[in-house]
Amino acid sequence: MSSYHLDHLQFLETEAIHVMREVAAEFERPSILFSGGKDSICLLRLAEKAFRPADIPMPFLSIDTGHQFPELNEFRDRRAKELGGKLIIRHVEDAIKSGKAVPRPGEISRNQLQTPTLLEAIEEFRFDCCIGGGRRDEEKARAKERFFSPRDTFGQWDPKNQRPEIWNLYNSRLNPGENMRVFPISNWTEMDVWEYIRQEELEVPTIYFSHRRQCVRRNGQWLPVSDLLPLKPKEEVKELVVRVRTIGDIISTGMVESPADSVDDIIAEIAAARVTERGSRADDKASEAAMEDRKRAGYF
Amino acid sequence: MPTHHPVEILRFNTCGSVDDGKSTLIGRLLYDSKNLMEDQLEALERSADITGGGQINLANLTDGLRDERAQGITIDVAYRYFATPKRKFIVADTPGHVQYTRNMVTGASTANLSIVLVDARLGVIEQSRRHTYIAALLGIPHIVIAVNKMDLVDWSEDRFLEIRDEFEAFLPRLDVLRDVKFVPLSALHGDNVVEPSKHMSWYQGPNLLGHLETVHIASDWNLSALRFPVQWVNRPNNPTDPALHDFRGLSGQVAGGIVQKGQKVIVLPGGLKTTVKDIWTYDGSVREAFCPQSVTLCLEHDIDISRGDMIVGFDNLPGLSSDLHAKICWMHPRPLQQGKKYFLKHTTQTVQAFVTSIESRIDVGTFEPQPEPDELKMNDIGIIRVKTAKPLVFDGYNTNRLTGSFILVEQGSNATVGAGMFLPPTETVKPDFTDFAI
Repeated sequence: MSSYHLDHLQFLETEAIHVMREVAAEFERPSILFSGGKDSICLLRLAEKAFRPADIPMPFLSIDTGHQFPELNEFRDRRAKELGGKLIIRHVEDAIKSGKAVPRPGEISRNQLQTPTLLEAIEEFRFDCCIGGGRRDEEKARAKERFFSPRDTFGQWDPKNQRPEIWNLYNSRLNPGENMRVFPISNWTEMDVWEYIRQEELEVPTIYFSHRRQCVRRNGQWLPVSDLLPLKPKEEVKELVVRVRTIGDIISTGMVESPADSVDDIIAEIAAARVTERGSRADDKASEAAMEDRKRAGYF
Repeated sequence: MPTHHPVEILRFNTCGSVDDGKSTLIGRLLYDSKNLMEDQLEALERSADITGGGQINLANLTDGLRDERAQGITIDVAYRYFATPKRKFIVADTPGHVQYTRNMVTGASTANLSIVLVDARLGVIEQSRRHTYIAALLGIPHIVIAVNKMDLVDWSEDRFLEIRDEFEAFLPRLDVLRDVKFVPLSALHGDNVVEPSKHMSWYQGPNLLGHLETVHIASDWNLSALRFPVQWVNRPNNPTDPALHDFRGLSGQVAGGIVQKGQKVIVLPGGLKTTVKDIWTYDGSVREAFCPQSVTLCLEHDIDISRGDMIVGFDNLPGLSSDLHAKICWMHPRPLQQGKKYFLKHTTQTVQAFVTSIESRIDVGTFEPQPEPDELKMNDIGIIRVKTAKPLVFDGYNTNRLTGSFILVEQGSNATVGAGMFLPPTETVKPDFTDFAI
């Protein structure tokens, strides 16, 4: 490669930094969604690259389902502290108590309930923009998402009425009541994320690496046994060597059997993988348009 | 197969009419280059059972939204990612309907390469001319004319040459097209997509993927004239490091050329001269930076600089004017109106602007300009004069896609309504050449 040419990670990085700086320059009250997952870990490194030596000029927002992996929360809190950032945590539990989030009869997963909790947090802090770690390669509906995605008062995404996004000229203008979702790593693949984690030597929560865990087989997936996931009759618990590939809440995240205990191993595993990342998320399997429906309703 | 070593990214888009087989072609590229995963294949098979009478439909891979699956058309730009050991690819699948030209402009604006699909049975139709014209208008450096459905014309070399002649009859009128390749293929059967064709031994050129993997893209960015639009002023509030007490950095993406430590620069539109003291990055100070890297510049003098200012070198100066001449593609159902105020976003600044005249509308069928139309409607391309509330530092789009482009945003609705490309400046800025003095 010639000295005046960027390799793929450098290209994706400069694009993402550009987007983050646009947000800092054009919005009054932006925030960064930070779950502690691998995509948002990259977002925070990109924020450092975009804004250092100054402080990162926006708080980190985390929507806690109350069904989180404890390892994830521990990491999230520690990482935010290391960066000297302000971490705002809002709980689905509280949104349920106040009646803002209402579970459907029999519904135990809280993925759906993150949406009202997020919208309430946006209102509480009057955020005009939330930066998220969504990637277009995750899912077909995400493949049509823009970098700058305006949402109406209800947080809804209208895929048929998206603003054309041309060159690197992002239209950040909003009307009162609207807010923007911005996805700086839109163009990154799962592989790019891990390669970036390796290049930047970023720490990730331990659940991404191989460990022994009690699992139960349900709907073609190995789900982690926990207090939140009561066993059904005749279900058998098995101790397996597993890791997570993508993190949802603890009752719907499929564990994959894997001996990968380093970032290099994970990269090798993805290179040889035969299913996509979201193949291990029960919430996306509900129907072919599962993600589209959740996004229309204000999901990230 | 995904890669795990540094490679280049090639961005391309596909364009063609409805039923030219764009989505099938992308599906074929992903399928034959082993970039599909089991759950994607499973989902394909599931949908084949429901809608396709058992036949796997490669187009289902890219037609992501429910309405599209139901109507069998692609309604918006969808992005796809795949990799081979040689390159990574970002694909913008852009729809072919007449009313969706704006999506093609969107998908093509960042592309290194455009694939224009043509149905071998139909040859060049208005849409082919329109798509080729738009690719040329957007200054896409590389074009592939993919003559698809060769299976339906008995793999005929004569038919292929005929279509090539039809294109070559008008290509010279699109002056900016530099690199055009013709590839005969069948997306449905996979001939010349990833695998060579058993049916067209008369074709000696590369197959489509082979071309995508090897086409030279290293010089697609402008590296000749320094342009650095200031995006964000970096001033640490309470730095713990005393060395940073006086830090004042100008963050941004190099939009053209190369910037070096010690280089003398001019800050426009003010015209003050100074020197680049340091090029700061999170990974340490660097000696030089080039387009499109994102860096933070520290200057010798503490000049009042803010977002929207442009730092340039002494050579190849840009234009500076508030009376601008541009081509525009209109993207909104409400037509472009003369005299109406819009927001104009150019590099890192947004100013108020209005269109003082619509000089012509270009007929994309004949490429002939029609003088002085009353308005430009959705999907129209025209030449306009714009007056901005503040002078802009700009280049002709043909020399720099980043400093030569702008968007118009409608006030009130905030819709992005136009994609504009400046014509080359008639004269360049003439700053007073006095050294900066405190």
